[in-house]
Amino acid sequence: MWKWLTTLYHRLGSPKWFYQITGRWLPWFAISALVLLSVGLVWGLVYAPMDYQQGNSFRIIYLHVPSAILAQSIYVMMAIAGVVLLVWKMKMADVVAQSMAPIGAGMTFMALATGAIWGVPTWGTWWMWDARLTSMLILFFLYLGLIALREALKPQEVAAKACALLAIVGVINIPIIKYSVDWWYTLHQPATFTLTQKPAMPASMWLPLLIMVLGFYALLGWSVLLRARAEVLLRERKSGWVRETLEKK
Amino acid sequence: MKSPARFEAVVQGQGNPPGDFAVFKAALLREWRLQVRRRGDLLNPLVFFALVVVLFPLGISPTQEILAPVAPGVLWVAALLATLMSLDALFRPDLLDGSLEQTLVSGYPVAPLALAKVGVHWLLSGLPLVFLSPFLGVMLYLPWQAQGVLMLSLLLGSLALSLIGSIGAALTAGVGKSGVLMTLLVLPLYIPILIFGTGAMQAAIVGNPPGAHLALLGALVLLALSLSPWAIAAGLKIAVSGE
Amino acid sequence: MFEPPSAASAWLQVEQLACERDERRLFSDLSFSVSAGDMLQIEGPNGVGKTSLMRVLAGLLPAVEGRLLWQGEPLEDQWSEFYQATLFLGHLAGIKPELTTLENLSWYAAQEGETDEALLEQALAQVGLQGYEDQPAHQLSAGQKRRVALARLLITHKPFWLLDEPFTALDKAAVAALEQRMVAHTRAGGAVVLISHHALEGLPGLKKLVLQASVEEGR
Repeated sequence: MWKWLTTLYHRLGSPKWFYQITGRWLPWFAISALVLLSVGLVWGLVYAPMDYQQGNSFRIIYLHVPSAILAQSIYVMMAIAGVVLLVWKMKMADVVAQSMAPIGAGMTFMALATGAIWGVPTWGTWWMWDARLTSMLILFFLYLGLIALREALKPQEVAAKACALLAIVGVINIPIIKYSVDWWYTLHQPATFTLTQKPAMPASMWLPLLIMVLGFYALLGWSVLLRARAEVLLRERKSGWVRETLEKK
Repeated sequence: MKSPARFEAVVQGQGNPPGDFAVFKAALLREWRLQVRRRGDLLNPLVFFALVVVLFPLGISPTQEILAPVAPGVLWVAALLATLMSLDALFRPDLLDGSLEQTLVSGYPVAPLALAKVGVHWLLSGLPLVFLSPFLGVMLYLPWQAQGVLMLSLLLGSLALSLIGSIGAALTAGVGKSGVLMTLLVLPLYIPILIFGTGAMQAAIVGNPPGAHLALLGALVLLALSLSPWAIAAGLKIAVSGE
Repeated sequence: MFEPPSAASAWLQVEQLACERDERRLFSDLSFSVSAGDMLQIEGPNGVGKTSLMRVLAGLLPAVEGRLLWQGEPLEDQWSEFYQATLFLGHLAGIKPELTTLENLSWYAAQEGETDEALLEQALAQVGLQGYEDQPAHQLSAGQKRRVALARLLITHKPFWLLDEPFTALDKAAVAALEQRMVAHTRAGGAVVLISHHALEGLPGLKKLVLQASVEEGR
């Protein structure tokens, strides 16, 4: 078992192996993303029953909830990649973290935008200082900070380590921020109707939601691999195997 | 004294270097001398703090009914920004003149040495902020019963602000003009401190005990005190490796 | 080329070291060792990675490949022992402009437990800074700041010196004094690794390492 883990570690550390193996994974991620997303969307938007309180407008949760879940889990994944980079000095971890950052920011933005659109029929306003939306907004700024730090620092190894450290600091802070924002919200507003906190959703509603979440994860895997493979080629452009790979095409 | 035998002993790790604490004390003395002599750097954040506060009556309204309710938030946001401004140049000069790399090769743990720097900085810029705040509070019609809580919450809060902000200062030490970048990195991390700090003051204004908020603020200080020196040290090592 | 672990007497052993900067390979497969009494001069054209090599040796820059041994054991397990024995002087003098000359020196002396002010003043006088003890360092010229840093070599107990271009901005007399100091140090059983283009031929114990695009090890 240990031996297997060490070979895996050495292989994952190798850009060439990473490029080859992810090339084989790519179609699987693509197919499962397409299938899951189309099934989930059609089921959720067409066949799932209407909400007795909100009518059809509730159907936006099939976009809002998966993007919000991904926004948070991508940040955690980036922090894990940061630990792997700083402790085990595995460069591929940084390639993955760098590829994830804009996707994470995009997911956060999507969660915010769908939340705002949902706010119109629910609250009658485009923006409400709801605890979840506020936390999501802060998360969005955390992503922007990470992206800005990488842009500002040179050389690339330094930027990688600095971003890894910032992601770790951020991930320690996220629960504190979330807790403090919840505290702030209950102080300033009596607990009213909050997005997505629904008592007992019927299976016909949450099953398509589950499929959408899985589909978003597959989409994440697909897009991260696409970006990471391009980044590997860029970073290793001087090595022999990259030239061979590109000449073959 | 400088004999081969003595050198060999040092190489074998059997030298007789001073203890970590002695060096920590020497670092405190050095930082104190260093930062006291940069008068402008000490005074500017205080002026900035006062100036930001003055903008609000001019921008919103000078009447007591409007200013008094927003006073806690205004004071805290101004203190937050002033702290950020003062931290921006905490490590950059050390990186540029080589004293930072000398600290890393000194063989002494970097985290306590960085903590000495941050501690002296707080003493010279965070603490004066706390003592300036009640005067600005009066100008914003802050009720008297909240003045003590203002100072107490800022006393705790500014410690946490300095410790967390120093992580950002370490990470951006190698960036030429990092003022805005550092703000972007650090401000989201400041939000819990802002919430608990203003929460304590608002509780005091309406006559509730502010203890719970202050306790949470204290917990944040302890957490920052135990974790951020290591993050600062790691950030400084990264910054030096980029030179 | 790879040098087999020569003797247990080697202080620092460098094995197949490679270094990259901005995704550019500076040197690779670099091996050498430094023992008591050695003076190793690193030479080579600009941009070949001399300073990067020095920063790798000082632990300020991670190596891409290869390993460093201190006393025959991997260096990464014993940084603090290594630093107790090592004095590194980089391009930057590490002198704070706000502090006086003496205060600057006494901080470095305090790290070695040296608190005797008379000794520090004596060292400053020896590097030609008599009368400057209480001047703020921002009034010093570049060469004078450099001398404050070099005064550390007079008071240190550390046996292993890493000096990056120590002769920069020094006048002739100061260069001669520094050469003398290095010879005395290696004679006493210390070791010096330095980057310099100065002709140091004739100094006892001198070895040379010439860094080129492809690395060769000279005598």
